[in-house]
Amino acid sequence: MKKIYLFIITLFFSCMLVSPALAEETIKIGAILSVTGPASFLGEPEKNTALMLKDQINSKGGIMGKKIELIIYDDETDVNKAVLAADKLLKKDKVVAVIGPTTSGNTFAIEEKFEKAGVPLISCAAAEKIVKPVKKWVFKTPQSDRHAVSKIFSQLLSKKIKKIAIITVSDGFGQAGREVLKELAPKMGIELVADEVYGPKDTDMTAQLVKIKGTDAEAIVCWGTNPGPAVIAKNRVQLGINIPLYMSHGVASKKFIELAGDSAEGIFLPAGRIIVAEQIPDKHPQKAMLKKYVKDYESKYKSPISAFGGHAWDALMLVVKAIETGKSVNPADIRNNLEKTRGFIGTAGIFNFTAEDHNGLDENAFEMVVIEKGNWKIIKK
Amino acid sequence: MGISSYLQFLISGLTVGSTYGLTALGFTIIFNTTGIINFAQGEFVMLGGMLSVFFLKWFNLGLPVSISLAIITTTFVGAAIDRLAIRPAKKNSTINLIIITIGVSILIRGIAMLVWGKDTFSLPQFSGHEPLHFAGAAIMPQSIWILVITLLILMSLKIFFSKTIYGKGMLACSYDKKASYLVGIDVNKMVLFSFMISAMVGAIGGAILTPITLTSYDAGILLGLKGFSACIIGGLGNPFGAAAGGLILGVLESFGAGVISSAYKDAFAFFILLILLFVKPSGLFGQKSIKRV
Repeated sequence: MKKIYLFIITLFFSCMLVSPALAEETIKIGAILSVTGPASFLGEPEKNTALMLKDQINSKGGIMGKKIELIIYDDETDVNKAVLAADKLLKKDKVVAVIGPTTSGNTFAIEEKFEKAGVPLISCAAAEKIVKPVKKWVFKTPQSDRHAVSKIFSQLLSKKIKKIAIITVSDGFGQAGREVLKELAPKMGIELVADEVYGPKDTDMTAQLVKIKGTDAEAIVCWGTNPGPAVIAKNRVQLGINIPLYMSHGVASKKFIELAGDSAEGIFLPAGRIIVAEQIPDKHPQKAMLKKYVKDYESKYKSPISAFGGHAWDALMLVVKAIETGKSVNPADIRNNLEKTRGFIGTAGIFNFTAEDHNGLDENAFEMVVIEKGNWKIIKK
Repeated sequence: MGISSYLQFLISGLTVGSTYGLTALGFTIIFNTTGIINFAQGEFVMLGGMLSVFFLKWFNLGLPVSISLAIITTTFVGAAIDRLAIRPAKKNSTINLIIITIGVSILIRGIAMLVWGKDTFSLPQFSGHEPLHFAGAAIMPQSIWILVITLLILMSLKIFFSKTIYGKGMLACSYDKKASYLVGIDVNKMVLFSFMISAMVGAIGGAILTPITLTSYDAGILLGLKGFSACIIGGLGNPFGAAAGGLILGVLESFGAGVISSAYKDAFAFFILLILLFVKPSGLFGQKSIKRV
C-alpha cells in the first residue's frame, strides 16, 4: 500500500516538473532593463510598459497563435550584470530577440555578443554611437541627441541667438550631448562662449552659472537628467539670470516640473510627442496610439507617463511587427524584417529603418515645448 | 570676474559645506564614544529629508510637524541601529563594527527605495523663495536657515559636551571605556545616546537641506563620503574641526568649480584632502594621538 502511495506521489511530482514543457509553445523575447540602480527612473517604466504590452498581446491570442514569453533581467544599472544577463538570454533562454538595455554604457558592453550570436538587439538607450556606425544586429528606439540638438539650434537661430553657454552633466548622457553640441554648433553658425560641467549628484550649480553670467551668452543649453537640471533651474532663478534656458529631452517628465517648481516656468525643451499627446493635432498619425498608451499605462500603474516607457513600447512592438510581417520567429528573419520596417508609428516618432539607419528617426520626432503653469506647451512656429 | 562672483562662490560653498559639516558632526559624535566610523551617517541625512517629504506629502501634516516627526523617527532609527546591530556585536573588533554600519546603510537605503521608490523629492522652502541680494550676490533665505541652524546645533553640542553630565559621560567613554565603567558611567547608555544624537543631527541636516538640494533614497552615499572627508580635513574626533572641515570642503569645491574648472570640482576637493593627509595626517584641528608606553 505504501508503495502505491509513493508511486502516486512520485508520479504527481514528475507531472509537475514536466508540465511546463508540455505547455503550448511560446515566443521567447528577452529584456535587459535597469529596473534598479541609478537609471531605475528609466528602467522601471520600461519594465512596466513591456509587461503591460505583453499581457495585451497575449490576451488577444499572441502572435500567430503563440503567446509571448517575456524574460526580463534587471541589470541594476551595472555593466557586469548586463553582460551576465545577455549571456543568460542568448545561451540559456535562447530568446529570438532582446529589448534593452536601458543605458548606453550597458548597450556598448553587450552589443558585440549579439553580433556574434546573430540575435537582434533593440536598445532602449539614447547614445548615437549604438547605431553609428551601423551594426548588423543592433537597433535602437529613442531619438538621438543629434535630433534634439538640431531641434534646439534651429529654434535658437529662428530667434537670432548666436552665442550660447552649455552646462552638461559629467555622466554618459551629458557627455554624449556635449560632444554633439560642440560638433553641431560651428556647423550651424552658433558660438559656444562657455562650456561648464557638473556632477550627477551635485546639489549646487551656482558657481558654474555665475561663470556663465559673466559671459555674453544669449542662451543656456543644459544637458542632463534629474535631479541636476532642476537644481540648475532653481539656481538660475536665484541668480536672476534672464537669458532663456534650454534643456535636453532628458528632463521631459513631470518629475522635473515637480522638482524645479516655479523655477521651471519658461524653460524650453525638445520633447517626444508622448508627453504632449493631448496637444498634438488629431490628424497626426501618432495621436491615437499615444493616447491609448498613456491611458493604459496611467490607469494600470497609477503613475504619470514618461517618454522612457515608450522606448520599451517601441522596441517590443517593432519586434512583434517584424515577427508578424515575416511570419517567422527565426532571429535572422526578425532582423531582416526589422530593417525593412517603414512608417512604423511608435511613441518616439515614425520609424523608417534602412540598412544605413538603425534608429529610423529624425528631427521631426521632437516637438519644441515650453513649460507654462507647470505643464508643457507646444511652441508653434 | 568681479568681487560679487567670489562672494557668490563663498555663499554657495558655505551652504553646501553645511551639509558636509552636519554629516561630519554625526560621524564625530559616534566616533568619540565608540571609536566606530558609522557609515550609515549619510543615511540619517537621507532619512531626515525623505521622512519629512513622506509626512508632508502622504499625511499632509504641515512643514514644521512633518520635520519634527522626521527628526524624532530618525532618532529612533539611530537607537534601533545601536540596539539591534551594534550592541549584540560589541565584543567584536572595531573594524567588524564599522563593516556592520556599512551593512546597515545598505539595508536602510534598500528599505527607503522599496518604500518611497527611486524618484527624487523636494520640500518647500521654509520662508519663500525670493533670493535676497547682498553686494551683488544672491542668497536664498533657505541658505540663511541652514547656516543659522548649523551654528545653533554646534553651539548646543558644545554646551552639551562641556556642561551636562551626560555629555561629559560620553566624552569620558571616548577616552577609556573601562575606566568610565568603573567610575559608574553606563557605557551602553552612552553609546545609545551617541547614536541617537548623531541620527538627530543628521536628520536635522537632511530636513533643512532638502528644499535646496533635493533628496532621494541614495542621497546618503555621496553625503557620507563627503562628510567623512570633512571629518578627515577637520581632524577625526573634533566636532568643531568636523564642522569647519565641512565648510572648508564646500567652499573649496565652489571656488574650484567657479575659478578653475567645473569638470574637476570633486577631484579638486579630494586633491586638497590628499595633500592634507600627507602634510598633517591628523587633520587641521586634530590632535596627534599619543601612545603611552
